[in-house]
Amino acid sequence: MSSPAQEFLRGAAIKSADQKHRQIVRRGIDHYESAVERNRARFSSWEAARQRAYEIKWEGVNHLDKYLLEFEARVKERGGHVFWAESSEQARQYIIDVAARAGVRTVVKSKSMVTEEIHLTSALEEKGIQVFETDLGEFIVQLRNEPPYHIMTPAMHLSRTDIADLFREKFGEIESDDPQELVAAARRALRKAFFSAEMGISGANFLVADSGMIALTTNEGNGRLGTSLPRIHVAVAGIEKVIPRTEDLALLWPTIAQAAVGQSIACYNTLLGGPRAANEVDGPEEFHVVLLDNGRSELLANAEQRDVLHCIRCGACLNACPVFRTVGGHTYGTTYPGPIGSVLTPNLRGGGQFQHLPFASSLCGACTDVCPVKIDLHHHLLHNRRDIVDSATRPAGERLGFQLWRWMMMSALRFALLGSAGRAALRLLYAIGLERSMLDPLRPWTKVHAAPAIPAKSFRTLWREQRGAL
Amino acid sequence: MKKVAMFIPCFVDQLMPQVGMDMARVLRRIGYELEFPEEQTCCGQPGFNSGYWQDARPLAERFLRVFRDAEVVVCPSGSCTTMVRNFYPELLAGTPLQQEAAGLSRRVFEFSEFLVKQAKVIDLGAAFPHRVAYHDACHALRELHLKQEPRELLRRVRGIDLVEMPYSEECCGFGGTFATKFSMISSAMGDNKIRNAETSTAQYLTSTDPSCLMHIDGILRRRNSPVRTIYLAGILAQTDASTAASPHEKKGEVSL
Repeated sequence: MSSPAQEFLRGAAIKSADQKHRQIVRRGIDHYESAVERNRARFSSWEAARQRAYEIKWEGVNHLDKYLLEFEARVKERGGHVFWAESSEQARQYIIDVAARAGVRTVVKSKSMVTEEIHLTSALEEKGIQVFETDLGEFIVQLRNEPPYHIMTPAMHLSRTDIADLFREKFGEIESDDPQELVAAARRALRKAFFSAEMGISGANFLVADSGMIALTTNEGNGRLGTSLPRIHVAVAGIEKVIPRTEDLALLWPTIAQAAVGQSIACYNTLLGGPRAANEVDGPEEFHVVLLDNGRSELLANAEQRDVLHCIRCGACLNACPVFRTVGGHTYGTTYPGPIGSVLTPNLRGGGQFQHLPFASSLCGACTDVCPVKIDLHHHLLHNRRDIVDSATRPAGERLGFQLWRWMMMSALRFALLGSAGRAALRLLYAIGLERSMLDPLRPWTKVHAAPAIPAKSFRTLWREQRGAL
Repeated sequence: MKKVAMFIPCFVDQLMPQVGMDMARVLRRIGYELEFPEEQTCCGQPGFNSGYWQDARPLAERFLRVFRDAEVVVCPSGSCTTMVRNFYPELLAGTPLQQEAAGLSRRVFEFSEFLVKQAKVIDLGAAFPHRVAYHDACHALRELHLKQEPRELLRRVRGIDLVEMPYSEECCGFGGTFATKFSMISSAMGDNKIRNAETSTAQYLTSTDPSCLMHIDGILRRRNSPVRTIYLAGILAQTDASTAASPHEKKGEVSL
């Protein structure tokens, strides 16, 4: 099997040349971005909102010891269970055990990236449990046996026709690609699942410390249904999701909706805090929260990159990223694609398998500009690159290349002489038509670019000759 | 007379010398005495951006020595200016040169920024009777926060038809070694840029950054596009007198 780096290069080459894919994604993102643009005016100051959101997340992330314990205590007071999972394995096992104890046959899930991170669905399926994704986009990619393409819009890469074809194949009886008809078909399939499931699994957009509630945001209401109909509700959340106060949601709810899709606020924002109480008519009999570390503590220990834990998974950096728009979400081969994924993955997954990702960026900085919690994304890519080079895992040829470059640049004389010699050689090669041949030393460049016209004289020479007569 | 030290990026020195010469012409025209410290080579950005901070650091230290006595440093590249202004303080943090890096950081300017904010000259008496679109180079836009400065300079050029292209803030795909390491992504991004340039019907694409233009130009010519690239100073260096012979220009059409 080839390495993730080789897979990435192969996928990137295919997707970069796939005009249809690029058009679908461009259309989808343009649609979101124009809404984001329009809706920004509803904030008296978007910059102030970002700053405040940053401060709230900073407070949570930098006081995990206090706020997570507070959250745990509140949940337990209401009869909920809290499980601290150090690894994906532990988190999966806990959920499998809960399911086994209750004889769960069917699970409905609302959209959650952290459950993708721990590969929960396949683990449950191996135990013979049927798992239904209930977010429409997730439902679609699950039918296709694909991971989500994007952390906010999992089926962004599919056109309406693609989805109609898929539904026709799976359900028959689809007459058009009219969105109404497609949604109705998905609803019919999902209603059955909602009513038969014994367990609902959700993520959590925020863990609210002072009230011990999880805050869940969806646009389809599937989160509410999936967490209140089944007998058991399990919420999985990274430890960095904790925020200090309920009132912080007054800012964070509009901020996540704006950053993600240009909405004033998402359609369904729910606070859930425990199993059904004696005086309540609905809600689950059991309520579990799985708090996942899975490498986050290590990231927390890294003062330079700690702010990566501020991420609220809005997906804005993916939309803004020209590399994401070109290669698409699946090419990354990671749970979290795009800029946040390229920063997170080498940190969260050891073994050095994803060290190519920080290099797969033009460092344009568009991601940092749109991040609603002000993560310094593109500078972290630079930091990751530095750390990877320092860990001595880059190819020897590259290391030697940079040593030679440094040697040349440490002397103006060497630079000028080698520059002149190089230009003379290139002019000769290009004059006899060897541009892009095996002999062309600029081949990595001329492979995709027409060769630049190589000047006979450098600036320093021209300056010496012409400075008097400019 | 006011003095300016020119910081000519290594690739401009070797591959695009006209960029430096045009900047020199414009600065001299508005009365600056120019100095080119010949000891300069590379600011270290290629190594820094590729993770080779250990190799970039001695070059940064060297650069600081070369420009130690310069009161003001002007550079025809937003990207190389960013390296010195924004990244030297980080690269040299905790070294004896930390303070000096912070000092130079305040004395180095990108060319259009220098004209508008320091020299406070926006009409350079230039003439360029063509349709031009401005490409927002990422470092100039997002690291130096220059958006209007180059456009203000261009708007004062006689005869110019300055148009905006769609997605002008989207990266062209250059990104230094990214362009060769991930050439398929880089060239696809470049294709988007040239499509947008063509949509704008511009004859010329200009920018603060000759490196972006070198990349865009290589793709434009590879695709046989009619659009051409020209560095900002290349436009500003052309005056009525120098373009009078141009067959495209009819007297009387030139407007302010």
